[in-house]
Amino acid sequence: MRTADGVPLKISLQRALVRSRIRALLLVVPLLAFIAIAFVLPIGDMLFRSVDNRIVESILPRTAVAIQDWNPNGTELPDEAVFEALTLDIKAGVKARTLGRVARRLNYEKPGMTSLFRKTGRRTKRVAGPPYKERILKIDNRWSDLNTWRLIRREAGALTSGYFLASVDLKTNDRGEVVWQSEERRIYLTLFYRTLWMSALITVLCLLLGYPVAYLLATLPLRTSNLLMILVLLPFWTSLLVRTTSWIALLQTEGVLNDVLVFTGLISDDGRLQLIHNQFGTFVAMVHILLPFMILPLYSVMKTIPPSLMRAARSLGATPFTAFVRVYMPNTVSGVGAGSIMVFILSIGYYITPALVGGRTGTFISNFIAVHVSETLNWGLAAALGSLLLALVLALYLLYDRLVGIDNMKLG
Amino acid sequence: MKSALKSVAIAAAAALFAGSAHAVDLTIVSWGGAYTASQQNAYHNPYMKANPDVKIINDDSAAEGLAKLRAQVESGKVTWDIIDMVAADAIVACDEGLLEPVDADAWLAAAPDGTPASKDFIPGTLTIGGTNCFIPQIVYSTTFGYRTDAFKGKQPSTIADVFDLKTFPGKRALEKKPIANLEWALIADGVPGKDVYKVLATPEGVKRAFAKLDTIKDHVVWWTKGAQPPQLLADGEVVIASAYNGRLFSAIVEKKQPIAMLWDWQAFDLDGWVVPKGAKKMAAIKKYLRFATDTQRLADQAKFISYGPARNSSIAKVGNHAKLGIDMKPHMPTNPKNAKTILIFDYVWWADHRAELDERFNAWLAK
Amino acid sequence: MPPPVYASPIEKGWHYSYRVICAAIFVFLIGPIFVIVPLSFNELPYFTFTPEMLSLDPAGYSTKWYHEFFTEASWQDAVQNSLVIAIFATLISTFLGTLAALGLSRSEMPFKTGLMALLISPMIVPLIISATGMYFFYARIGISSTHLGVIVAHAALGTPFVLITVTATLVGFDHSLTRAAASLGANPFQTFFKVTMPLILPGVVSGALFAFITSFDEVVVVLFVGSVEQRTIPWKMFSGIREEIRPTILAAATLLVCVSILLLTTLELLRRRSERLRGIRAN
Repeated sequence: MRTADGVPLKISLQRALVRSRIRALLLVVPLLAFIAIAFVLPIGDMLFRSVDNRIVESILPRTAVAIQDWNPNGTELPDEAVFEALTLDIKAGVKARTLGRVARRLNYEKPGMTSLFRKTGRRTKRVAGPPYKERILKIDNRWSDLNTWRLIRREAGALTSGYFLASVDLKTNDRGEVVWQSEERRIYLTLFYRTLWMSALITVLCLLLGYPVAYLLATLPLRTSNLLMILVLLPFWTSLLVRTTSWIALLQTEGVLNDVLVFTGLISDDGRLQLIHNQFGTFVAMVHILLPFMILPLYSVMKTIPPSLMRAARSLGATPFTAFVRVYMPNTVSGVGAGSIMVFILSIGYYITPALVGGRTGTFISNFIAVHVSETLNWGLAAALGSLLLALVLALYLLYDRLVGIDNMKLG
Repeated sequence: MKSALKSVAIAAAAALFAGSAHAVDLTIVSWGGAYTASQQNAYHNPYMKANPDVKIINDDSAAEGLAKLRAQVESGKVTWDIIDMVAADAIVACDEGLLEPVDADAWLAAAPDGTPASKDFIPGTLTIGGTNCFIPQIVYSTTFGYRTDAFKGKQPSTIADVFDLKTFPGKRALEKKPIANLEWALIADGVPGKDVYKVLATPEGVKRAFAKLDTIKDHVVWWTKGAQPPQLLADGEVVIASAYNGRLFSAIVEKKQPIAMLWDWQAFDLDGWVVPKGAKKMAAIKKYLRFATDTQRLADQAKFISYGPARNSSIAKVGNHAKLGIDMKPHMPTNPKNAKTILIFDYVWWADHRAELDERFNAWLAK
Repeated sequence: MPPPVYASPIEKGWHYSYRVICAAIFVFLIGPIFVIVPLSFNELPYFTFTPEMLSLDPAGYSTKWYHEFFTEASWQDAVQNSLVIAIFATLISTFLGTLAALGLSRSEMPFKTGLMALLISPMIVPLIISATGMYFFYARIGISSTHLGVIVAHAALGTPFVLITVTATLVGFDHSLTRAAASLGANPFQTFFKVTMPLILPGVVSGALFAFITSFDEVVVVLFVGSVEQRTIPWKMFSGIREEIRPTILAAATLLVCVSILLLTTLELLRRRSERLRGIRAN
């Protein structure tokens, strides 16, 4: 069969299909390009920082090359050539005022490197020529420590695993083995663990509070349930900061709840409860904030369960409790899954609320990422922690897609 | 509704394509609040009056100053002109090549008697930590304040009292950083002030400091912003708090709160100007800095906030509070009566150990 | 809905206690939001009810925090910034999101699921990660600390909402309508504006409202990408809570609650209209 202009129908249809595919794709391209530039690239750029180690080879280029010939497992210091390379690099670094950066990078691995490089930087001005080794060793005896050189050799490459190791409380010791960080400096695994168990508990609490409410909304007559639905949607639409502020007003030591307890005589004025700036504060505020994300998917699933199902179970002799547990609940599993994963995903990445009400014991991994970005300036470590968190979230996102389907995501 | 939309649209256009009639806009980054206000009154307003072609824009993001500066310099897009920084951050930034080096005598005005700037600033402050990027404005201190109505009889007067929960029960507020807290813990534990860094340099010393902090850990509220501790004291949430002396001054003298100073082992620090590397308006920046750091201007700032000027020639000119009319000299951290015992930070030591001890401190907090 | 007359006493007891539990949860959901309303009229700078307020003494109440909100330059700048940023971000996300939704809802669209997953990811990725990424990258391309930078960032965060709501409207969309229009001689633009647009409009508008509120409430990205020149209302509230807590924050919060109520009402009206238009009977 051929079309009017003589092209075989099959080909013509195929062409039409390709054309319409291209047309469909063209509609998506602007957004795709926008998201790629405004969102995906920035995140990729940040993730790269978690392994980026170009700073060492760019500021100590000669040393990075020369030290490759040195055997780190021996007992000899590097030879004159390496010391010469180091002297020249340090002189250039002082001149370009970049030496501080490499010192800081190496100091993450081994405290003391900052002062060693600063001191050496100041004094290399006087090192005019050979013998470099003898003169550098005279500046500071840490240059005669083999471990200093092992560190430089280890970190001379363009990529490093140092940040990722640090983000799970590991480090490379002087012999190049990966070992646990010393007991009193271990923190990130604890934090990941805390973020996970607190998020899990928040999810469970949301489910416990959300299920009965969703059930009520799904079984009430539409007119009533629409009115009650507003009570769920209003918090959903209210600014996160407004809700966090409310909880601060309610829970602080001089706040509303404590005042009520003191007024009713349940506690004394001196015995005001610490309800905020701890884990309790984070739990209460986050359950409140995330509860609508549980209720809405539960509601939309429960809405589809015909009431006749329960009646049938009852008429077959099941008690109300059995009917509910054996017949109704299994039908809501997809809603439970959708709501729980959503709440859990949102919870593990939370930053603002734990920052404001979490205090010492109720903060999450996100809060530490922020600290490393804007306070300690250890951007590599922030990126490594961020990568781990992102991997976790994306895994859950895939799970969500499997269970619920991203196409079925609903709002409001 | 239509006119509202229209005004929004105009505002939007203005915000997006902000052009200025002024010849020079100087963006100066500082700490906001009372501190920026004191700079506005003592430096910016007189400067803009004398130079109508200059407009000074205050950016209150000094708290993230170092981080944002590094991101700006790294990307080669420097939008700031002058930044107010504490000495420790200025040392880091200078070491990393993020700042313009300062030629003190070429940039800065001499004292009225002709003493060059390099001799007039408090010795060592222009070259703090062996760097040359920092122009100090003020000496401030992190010290303690306590509620005068919290204790019957004896009032706290030493750093050891801060750690003494038996005699002085109640909550404390401390800054959420290891620096200063570790030093104070050791001094409270009996280490002589001059040996603090010697002890802290050993693993046992660090352990000892944390052990001392452990004794009050459950009674501490940790603050991160300078405005918090005076507020915590005023609200009665804590009875003793470490705080910047200027903030305490304002709570005690201006707001008349029942708070008193505890100057024992106040930790001296410096705050001053730095210029980001690659700043474009160097001529205007230098002109402003020359004006803002001269003897009179530094003395003027002390009228508005109780921080000590960093120039010797300014100290004598410190006068009365601009509004209250009281003599500011007794409230200066540098006043001999207040400065019987002072803690001077060892910046070089901290540069080596900050990352390590931050981590250890956070791990300790999280437990 | 009272329990049926034949219910046993246990069932009745359970029925009422269940209602009480649900009522308590509703109070938990909504109570905190309304607690701040009276507190924002506090005469004293505290976040709690003073004895004067409790005895309903007019002297215990004052509108001075609202006065401060409406007169202090930094709050007014924040209002202006919030509006400018949210409006422009909403325009961008609505335009790009609607276009993409039209493409993605076509049956012949290739890599549909993968694309959808990618385009929705800004909603899923923790804000702190997006914010740090943008913090570094936007500085590099020279739009950090500008309104443009924050608008672009917020537009990226808002598009998933537009995408989801418009796609949802298109689920019930009968594509033969556009073919019919085309066969009757309408060009693609006419088809879009005369046929498609009126039908998907409720979805577009509710998506736009979501995008608006996303930007309007967002604080993490503003904190990182913006500087003081881009200070928004949530930024002011965040730094206010961390630094000097004043009831002006409560006044701002109360006004934001009013904005939410307004948006929610609009959205509800739209939903009803959409259901009517698409012939879906409520329930």
